[in-house]
Amino acid sequence: MIFDSYRSGDSVLHRMAPGPKLLSLCVLGTLLFFFDEIWLAATAFAAVSMLYPLAGFGPAVILAQLRPVFWVFVLIVAAQLLFGDAAFGVVLALRLAALVLLAALVTLTTRSSEIVDALIRTLAFLRPLGVNPARVGLTISLALRFLPVLARITGEVREAQHARGHGGNPVATAIPTTVRTLKMAHEIAEAIEARGFDD
Amino acid sequence: MTTRDLVLIALFAALTAALALFPPIALPLTGVPITAQSMGPMLAGAILGMRRGGLSQVLFLLLVMVGLPLLSGGRGGFGVFPGVTGGFLISWPIAAVVIGLLWRRLGSGIVGQVLAVAVGGIGVVYLIGTPWMAVVLGWSIDAGFAAMLPFLPGDIIKALLTVAIARGVARAYPLR
Repeated sequence: MIFDSYRSGDSVLHRMAPGPKLLSLCVLGTLLFFFDEIWLAATAFAAVSMLYPLAGFGPAVILAQLRPVFWVFVLIVAAQLLFGDAAFGVVLALRLAALVLLAALVTLTTRSSEIVDALIRTLAFLRPLGVNPARVGLTISLALRFLPVLARITGEVREAQHARGHGGNPVATAIPTTVRTLKMAHEIAEAIEARGFDD
Repeated sequence: MTTRDLVLIALFAALTAALALFPPIALPLTGVPITAQSMGPMLAGAILGMRRGGLSQVLFLLLVMVGLPLLSGGRGGFGVFPGVTGGFLISWPIAAVVIGLLWRRLGSGIVGQVLAVAVGGIGVVYLIGTPWMAVVLGWSIDAGFAAMLPFLPGDIIKALLTVAIARGVARAYPLR
């Protein structure tokens, strides 16, 4: 994996299988939206925050997860102070904070590759519908390999535009770039088939 | 699905990620920044068609979900879906499918193609993303749509760029 948000550790949460972790995230996340009581949202927030020390993360990690959504909290509370009741704003903010923290905790304690593997295993149930998990896995691996390639091509295009004094026509650069990557995709497909990967 | 289809799906998932690397452009009138990333589903639908285009966006969301920081601003992981922009992200596969479907149905005229990208890439995206945003923020749906108005000019420009690029690509390298 090139980069992911995983932080190594040896806690109960790190050792837990990715499947149950993802399932509990979905269930808890959905349940939270059915209740508007403030005590429930506060309990959920407190409970999720207490899972962080359990995974070996300090308060700094919790704050780092909440920082990107800080302005959302401001918007929520401001809107409720202006148009609604402040208590409901607090419920919304606590609920969002609990959800974001819980979701981030799954990401922090699970390697991307583990999540991908769990998803591919789950897809085996779709085999009767014509889904081939091995081909899904190949597509995911290809996309991961394309990420740095496309990032490099994008960088080259930006440099080229910069060298032309920002006056470059974006369409005039995008068309050859897209055609170039489509040709690359065609060659890669031929190479994969030449090596006997088929269903 | 041929192997080439799989490679193209992977390619456009990665392309959608790469679009996050273009710096946001501040609009002259409103000052609201627009990012290039929402062109991902537009280009996928217009160039790859509904099946491959839709799947490329599903794959992109999957990569975001597993924790890769591929969204504009380096965000990623499960945490982005319950957030304000979650609905917009969820709408991308549907947008690509609608664009691919209409692109084929409305013929090869430029007006039909602009309509296809606008309906899927703006209409579908706003219809799914805005109520989601309003619920997260505790706003009324009307307030949510009003807040989206500053983004409309930028999204129209992106739709027009998408049609220009897709037409040029189709002329230079037609895909089946």
